[in-house]
Amino acid sequence: MADSTATAAKAAEARAAEATAAATKDTRRPVRFRGGGFVPQSRRWIGLAVFIILLLATEAGTRSGFISNLTLPRPSDVLATFVELFQSGLLWKHLLPSVSRLIVGALLGATVGIGVGIMIGLFSLVRAGLVPLVAAIFPIPKIALLPLFVIWFGIDEGSKYALIAFGTFTPTVVATYGAVDNVDRTLIRMGQSFSLTWFSIVRKIVLPGAMPGILSGLRVSLAIAIILLVAAEMLGAEYGIGAYILEAGALYDLERLFVGVTILSILGICVSAALTQIEKHLLRWRV
Amino acid sequence: MDLQLENIGHSYDGLTVLQDISLNIPTGKIVCVVGPSGCGKSTLLRLIGGLEQPTSGQVLQLGSPPAHSINPLTYVFQDFALLPWRTVEGNISLVLEDHHLNASDIKTIIDDVLARTKLSDFRVALPRQLSGGMKQRVAIARALAVNPAVMLMDEPLSALDSQTRELLMDDLIGLWIREKFTAVYVTHNLNEAVRLGHSIVILSRRPGQIREVVDIDLPLDQRRPGDPELESKQQHLWQMMRDEAEAADKELISG
Ligand SMILES: Nc1ncnc2c1ncn2[C@@H]1O[C@H](COP(=O)(O)OP(=O)(O)O)[C@@H](O)[C@H]1O
Ligand SMILES: [Mg+2]
Repeated sequence: MADSTATAAKAAEARAAEATAAATKDTRRPVRFRGGGFVPQSRRWIGLAVFIILLLATEAGTRSGFISNLTLPRPSDVLATFVELFQSGLLWKHLLPSVSRLIVGALLGATVGIGVGIMIGLFSLVRAGLVPLVAAIFPIPKIALLPLFVIWFGIDEGSKYALIAFGTFTPTVVATYGAVDNVDRTLIRMGQSFSLTWFSIVRKIVLPGAMPGILSGLRVSLAIAIILLVAAEMLGAEYGIGAYILEAGALYDLERLFVGVTILSILGICVSAALTQIEKHLLRWRV
Repeated sequence: MDLQLENIGHSYDGLTVLQDISLNIPTGKIVCVVGPSGCGKSTLLRLIGGLEQPTSGQVLQLGSPPAHSINPLTYVFQDFALLPWRTVEGNISLVLEDHHLNASDIKTIIDDVLARTKLSDFRVALPRQLSGGMKQRVAIARALAVNPAVMLMDEPLSALDSQTRELLMDDLIGLWIREKFTAVYVTHNLNEAVRLGHSIVILSRRPGQIREVVDIDLPLDQRRPGDPELESKQQHLWQMMRDEAEAADKELISG
């Protein structure tokens, strides 16, 4: 009796085991992957490939007549014009004054902007006084003030420096005080708890902590600086990329217009690459 | 240097956080403060270290700190508070740089504290390369570097997993045996309290008041996990904390 129940139980167990084995056999499959994505990954050559494909498409379109010569210049013609500009030596004559205006103006604007931004971040009095002022001048198209700058700083380089500096200044201020506000307060509290001097806390904790925000603000500010550089040069300069573009535009010389625009793009890429290098150096500590 | 708290009370815009706390912190002892979360433990520690001023009462220093103490009241924070852009060594030298020490003195101090916290091999590592336990070791090394008269530790092991916590507790006991530092050690973990505390202060839920002070006479180096005396003390603490914690848990956050 006891024996037969034991065998029955054993048989039932065996059947159950078989059933689960069968079930596992049909339905055994890997868990569906649904993670991944949402993480920027470095794909070096894609950007370049997009550029090249667009250029080749334009070249093919203009050659086949699908795109008329009045709509877009042929990329190969633009390249030829560029080579001509380079060989005539005029490239440097236009590029050097532009680059030096950009450097002087942007350096001035960014330095003062970072300084003022840090003051706003650190002192409530400065914040109360300057934040409304910055908010008021931020939306003014700085180019509208060029005549004023000409009166103040002269028709030559002075007004151009001032325009670029002024345009770089406002976004830099806003980015800088935002970055200072975002510095981890527990780190500042830590500095105070070790009786660091006020100046040490600013130099060793606040500034490095704000650096990522300041640098990403500079990306925007410097792009604005390039835009203003061209605007200033269009309104009165013998040499400069802006003057070159203006002249080409007046003559409807699309090849030269595109050469000028391309130089500006390259200038922008160079500035951005320089900032990336600076970030790599200054922000090594980040992951 | 002893510390004495006299009738400390504190409130934030009408919200009373601490009430009538009087307490003695004797030299060379570790005083643990336990209490339900939100009862004002961190606030009490900030008041003791002079990062905030009490609404009423005062914190007194009895006697002057030893001459070689660079920063008499020194914190160890729960979230480590290490500068991510400085190496282990740089984080320690940060707190020495403002004190007119010459470079070789700074180096001697750093060598010493790194050796004491078993970090000598990690001098040039950045915080992000370190595990939580290592980061807290760096923070402890940084605190030791300034020769504190009193260490103010705010849940220093709460961010760590239990194995790391056990290891660091042994390290802390080792450090204390070598050089009997004074500490106020805030925690919500009763096991830490009975392992490290010479006396344990139990705070009630907010507004935090002292409910009881439990002394443990067993020397630190003889406290083993599972020791019956410690177990019974921990049980006693838990009985008292339980009701407070339960009531505190049911309170609305806005209070
Ligand atoms: N700076 C502050 N301003 C206003 N309220 C605060 C501030 N710091 C802490 N509190 C309040 O005081 C109470 C006690 O906080 P805390 O000391 O951090 O508690 P614990 O460390 O014991 O968890 C909490 O209710 C918290 O919301
Ligand atoms: Mg706390």
